[in-house]
Amino acid sequence: MQGFLDNLIRNAGHDPATWPYTQFVYLAGMAVAALIVINFAAIASGIFSWAERRVAARIQSRVGPNRVGPAGFLQWIADAVKLLLKEDLVPDEADQFLFRIAPYFMMVGFCCVFVTLPFSHSLIVADMNIGVFYIIAVTALIVVGIIMSGWSSNSKWSLFGAIRSAAQIISYEIPGGMALMIPVMLAGTMSTQGIIRAQGGLPWQWFLFDNPAAFAAFFIYFTSALAEGNRTPFDLPEAESELVSGYNTEYSGMRFSYFFLVEWGNLWVMSALAVTMFLGGWQIPGLSPERFDALTGGTAVVAEIGSLLIFALKTLFFVFVVMWLRWTLPRIRIDQMMSMCWKYLVPASFAGVLFVAVWMLIVNAAPWLGLAMRFTLTAVGALTIAMFALRVLKNIRDTGDKFDFTSNW
Amino acid sequence: MSKPLEIPTMDMENKEVLRRIEITGDMLLNMGPQHPSTHGVINFLVQTDGEVMKRAIPEVGYLHRSLEKIGERCTYNGYMPYTDRVDYIAAMFANQGWAMAVERLLGLQVPKRAEYCRVIACELNRISSHLISVGTMAMDVGAVTPFPYALREREFINDLLEELCGARLTYNYLRIGGVAFDLPSGYEDKVSTFLDHFEKILDEFNRLITYNEIFIKRLAHLAPIPAPMAIDYCLVGPNLRASGVNFDVRKALPYSVYPEFDFDVPLGKGEVGTPGDSWDRFWCRVEEMRQSCRILRQALAQMPKDPAIMGKVPRKIKVPEGTEAYSRIESARGDMQYYVVAGSGENAHRVKIRTGSFTAMGIIDALSRGLMIADLVALIASLDVVAPEIDR
Repeated sequence: MQGFLDNLIRNAGHDPATWPYTQFVYLAGMAVAALIVINFAAIASGIFSWAERRVAARIQSRVGPNRVGPAGFLQWIADAVKLLLKEDLVPDEADQFLFRIAPYFMMVGFCCVFVTLPFSHSLIVADMNIGVFYIIAVTALIVVGIIMSGWSSNSKWSLFGAIRSAAQIISYEIPGGMALMIPVMLAGTMSTQGIIRAQGGLPWQWFLFDNPAAFAAFFIYFTSALAEGNRTPFDLPEAESELVSGYNTEYSGMRFSYFFLVEWGNLWVMSALAVTMFLGGWQIPGLSPERFDALTGGTAVVAEIGSLLIFALKTLFFVFVVMWLRWTLPRIRIDQMMSMCWKYLVPASFAGVLFVAVWMLIVNAAPWLGLAMRFTLTAVGALTIAMFALRVLKNIRDTGDKFDFTSNW
Repeated sequence: MSKPLEIPTMDMENKEVLRRIEITGDMLLNMGPQHPSTHGVINFLVQTDGEVMKRAIPEVGYLHRSLEKIGERCTYNGYMPYTDRVDYIAAMFANQGWAMAVERLLGLQVPKRAEYCRVIACELNRISSHLISVGTMAMDVGAVTPFPYALREREFINDLLEELCGARLTYNYLRIGGVAFDLPSGYEDKVSTFLDHFEKILDEFNRLITYNEIFIKRLAHLAPIPAPMAIDYCLVGPNLRASGVNFDVRKALPYSVYPEFDFDVPLGKGEVGTPGDSWDRFWCRVEEMRQSCRILRQALAQMPKDPAIMGKVPRKIKVPEGTEAYSRIESARGDMQYYVVAGSGENAHRVKIRTGSFTAMGIIDALSRGLMIADLVALIASLDVVAPEIDR
């Protein structure tokens, strides 16, 4: 970001180090970046809210929202307008100040993540050298908002949701963080762009298939991300059948919409992080980052758009997987969730980090072993997908696709 | 295995104790009457220490509509539509219980074809009721998708029943002495088409939720009811059979034409956990739907050709004052009993309805101790309580 602005100033014929208005340009640049990022987050979560309802409806053999705009696509705008115009109720018994301020904590924690999340080869707000650490740190701000909202609502259901959420998010930060350490070790950097650059465009160049521990770490990370994002099977903080609606029970109007904006926006965050850390990010197959850097003119623009598309498609696929899980699985109980975290995921993630440390030494000594492992794991992954597809085909053959929605789409 | 249990009392004093609990550090949680998963307007006074419940006392009566008293004010025929409201998820059974009670009062013989119509309607209704039960149970455990699946299948049954009697929820199909309408033409084909489709759906349902790992983890070993305890608490229906007690009114005290059908009574065996746990109660209902399909197929095949669907019912039903009659049927929620004492005029002197959900509420206090809040929701769902049936 700074480099880009410096280049702009140089092109205008000034020296950024001595020009008196440099700081103002920086400020304007930051404002524009913040505007873009926050709007991207808001629009993405709005679209996900529509997509989730459509996906859920299709899974449940319903039609879903299909009245507003083509295939109901504008539904999220209608909902947003409705939520913004609704009365902002604050219960009499609530702690007014905390109740009002809690959603903003969640918004801040959520929007800050986008600072280091890459979108493509050069689209990133700030490529910090502690990017991953920063992401783990700022997402913890969300839990502050949740606890505040639950406590200040002065409702027992909200309190239950908040306490569950605090226990859940803090517990799952540990295995999730440790799992993210594995790509960090493999790449040797905490910068998100650096981690993507250390991978490649083809599946066997991804960290996912680098070694068995990384393979497991991906699933540990994904599970933890589901838990941190309060998604089924870990949606205990807002378990609608137990806690009415959890920590946001007493909220309405705009403040309520913030909670849901964060929840859906988190889909992008968790998926984009998984893609960045394990699935090669924006890497275009057959185009190494060094050659990418060297591209100029029209080819550079095409490659940039290509990398953007690749990153977005991978991310959207995981967004879909998260939705798919939500509408398939039951919810686990709080004690089961805790025991799963502390008894299985935490030891597994620590063991994974140790394994990767040893593995890196081994691969240093015998590089062919690393290559063989990459290809083997990629084959295992392909085989898993093929078996899953066969299973799905069998299910479809057994009962058939019951309803035809093509006319109602 | 039966350990002595202190029977909790639900008096005001008890509630006061619970209210004072808040001072001692425990939390009093009013679960209901406006709560998404209490299956109607029921309140649970829950004493909790964090997530762990110390006790949950059901507080019933929010949906009391004096149905028994209404039965004493209406004529015998006029009460039939009211019985639909005893249990609106499975209204056909309440119809049948009342019809049978009054028929016994009169000593009426019901034509064979009418009995078959009743069995077909009731078994269809049993499937639709169990679909609601298993669907909501899955939803209470957090899986939302099985619920629309169950409702989708229920829609087919509602369509079938609508074709039969014109109503989709409160059927008012049975009459004292017979049924209101004969099966429409081509009905047998429609029902068997539905059954062919539905049996496959049951397998799919099992794949989707019954044997889901998380679902089993949530429900296995949860609130097991040993057989003696189930008998002590007067549980009936699938709740009782899940504990391994082989008691189905259709088999044990046969009524209507049920002896002519060959079907099994699914018993809880503790396949994934303890016998009588919540998963067994869920599984029992799924299996009962399969058995209902078997009964339906046989009923359709054996349907008598004689078109009479109404017995010789007097225009004015008047029986000597004080005559008593009693009927017992296997409703979707278990043993449903009607007790009628004839009055001096054209109405009853006393009507008493005994329903399965009401007795199931009694056991919740004993089972809830030491469970978690999420388990209470699953427990209520697994007992398949329906608020109107509790309060009547």
